[in-house]
Amino acid sequence: MDYFVNVTLTGLTQGMIYAAFALALVLIWRSTRIVNFAQGSMAAATTFIALALIQAGASYWVALIVALASGFVLGAIVERVIIRPVEGGPELNAVIVTLGLFVAIQAGIAIIFGSSFQSFPTPFGVRGFEVGDTTIPLTPTSLYIIGSVLIVMALLVALFRFTRVGLAMRASAFSQEVARLLGVKVGGMLTLGWGLAAVVGSLSGLLIAGGTFVWPAYMDALIVFGFVAAIIGGLDSPVGAIVGGLILGLALSYVSGYAPRGSALVNISALVILIVVLLVRPGGLFSSTTARRA
Amino acid sequence: MPDTHGSTAMSAAGGTATTTRLLEVEGLTSTYGPVRALDGVSLSAEAGRITAVLGANGAGKTTLLRTISGLVRPVAGRVVLDGEDITKAPVESMVAKGMAHVPEGRGVISELTVDENLRVGALFRGKVDRSEFDRVYDLFPRIAERRNNAAHTLSGGERQMLVIGRALLAKPRVLLLDEPSLGLAPRIVAQIFGLLRQLVDSEGLSVLLVEQNARSALSVADVGVVLNLGRVVVTDSARTLMADEDLRHAYLGF
Repeated sequence: MDYFVNVTLTGLTQGMIYAAFALALVLIWRSTRIVNFAQGSMAAATTFIALALIQAGASYWVALIVALASGFVLGAIVERVIIRPVEGGPELNAVIVTLGLFVAIQAGIAIIFGSSFQSFPTPFGVRGFEVGDTTIPLTPTSLYIIGSVLIVMALLVALFRFTRVGLAMRASAFSQEVARLLGVKVGGMLTLGWGLAAVVGSLSGLLIAGGTFVWPAYMDALIVFGFVAAIIGGLDSPVGAIVGGLILGLALSYVSGYAPRGSALVNISALVILIVVLLVRPGGLFSSTTARRA
Repeated sequence: MPDTHGSTAMSAAGGTATTTRLLEVEGLTSTYGPVRALDGVSLSAEAGRITAVLGANGAGKTTLLRTISGLVRPVAGRVVLDGEDITKAPVESMVAKGMAHVPEGRGVISELTVDENLRVGALFRGKVDRSEFDRVYDLFPRIAERRNNAAHTLSGGERQMLVIGRALLAKPRVLLLDEPSLGLAPRIVAQIFGLLRQLVDSEGLSVLLVEQNARSALSVADVGVVLNLGRVVVTDSARTLMADEDLRHAYLGF
């Protein structure tokens, strides 16, 4: 029983990180219909900025804030300078551009920060809380991961639901031309959207790095799982991204915890889950594509 | 520039109204690749008047509105709004200058609720008193009942009411309407045109409307402009155009 709870909590924690990464992809897909393959290396870049600060003596929290802020700036610059020229053009152009950016940023990280393995600190312990004699398999680190992703999601929901900027962003995402005719500065909204998405992506990168090692390509595994989570959710739906992330996190944790030689099966399981979901619901679990076409 | 006999007819229709020409289009030419969708179009829309631009599919009606509001950039000609040349002004700035464009296919943002659609229309004005929204809902009680529903659940007529209401929240001086009657039952068309007439008469709004449904449009409009293959064929009062049987048969299909 303890083991089951432990595996479940691990799955939820990992799932929250996948969810954050998937959410970053979905935010960009919804507003610009571009799959941002560079999301992973953008997040890695900000994690290395945080690491450099920590190595220079800054506290984890200062490094976290600076990394998220630089994620915003990086996302905004990428949209304005690199994506804007290919927006609205053939889809393949944008795909190639973001793939190229993915490689370029990864190479840039290696040049600036080196390509060796470096340990990244975590602000909290990884030992479970003790109640009396028993240790419950809930660690401060997993609480921190789940809590910080939830806080960021709540802030995003509040932004989109209750603020004027959020309304303008939604209008721009759903219908650029109508939004422009109504006086919404759509270009600015798209830049803001890329910036916010990069903040969420950076958070997932910082969280997955905590307590382990980072190297320029350390995000590659998360990129795969984040993409699978986003597509399970329908790529179009923020709620779908979160549910997709949690489903994937739990499923992979059960596979690695219970299946014989489970940890070797994790990657292939992610693909199996993806294929099954797409066979049953080709648009993903929360896709609104059909409703939109009707 | 190739001229048509439209400009001479216009002075006859416009009469004394030179000073109230809110929107003026001069020699507007727009191309899609090698195709000249607009070929030197000149016309004007006056305050307190409804100007209807008529013509068949492909006459250039939608391109005309899209060029006026900046969605399509012309290769020649200019657009003047109340004395200001807005030919090169950004699309996003048009509502603030007093021009609202309701695009073809109605332009509801279907993922947003009815109320959110209205709020987007008022965003550029900053804080807008709630009473202005209530006024729109008073004009269109049918969308008031559905204010918290997603806009994609609305019927065609309700969508048209929503986008006109949304455009009114921008407090425009000139309203551009692209095929407002498209796909609507005649009773709904009559209701919407009747309301438009009221707004124009009571608030001095200027409406430039493009329509394939020439009969309905001429019944509400003051001035009619007939467009064919990107050129103005004739500009005259709606009543005169209505009476010209040859013209109706040749260009207006009724």
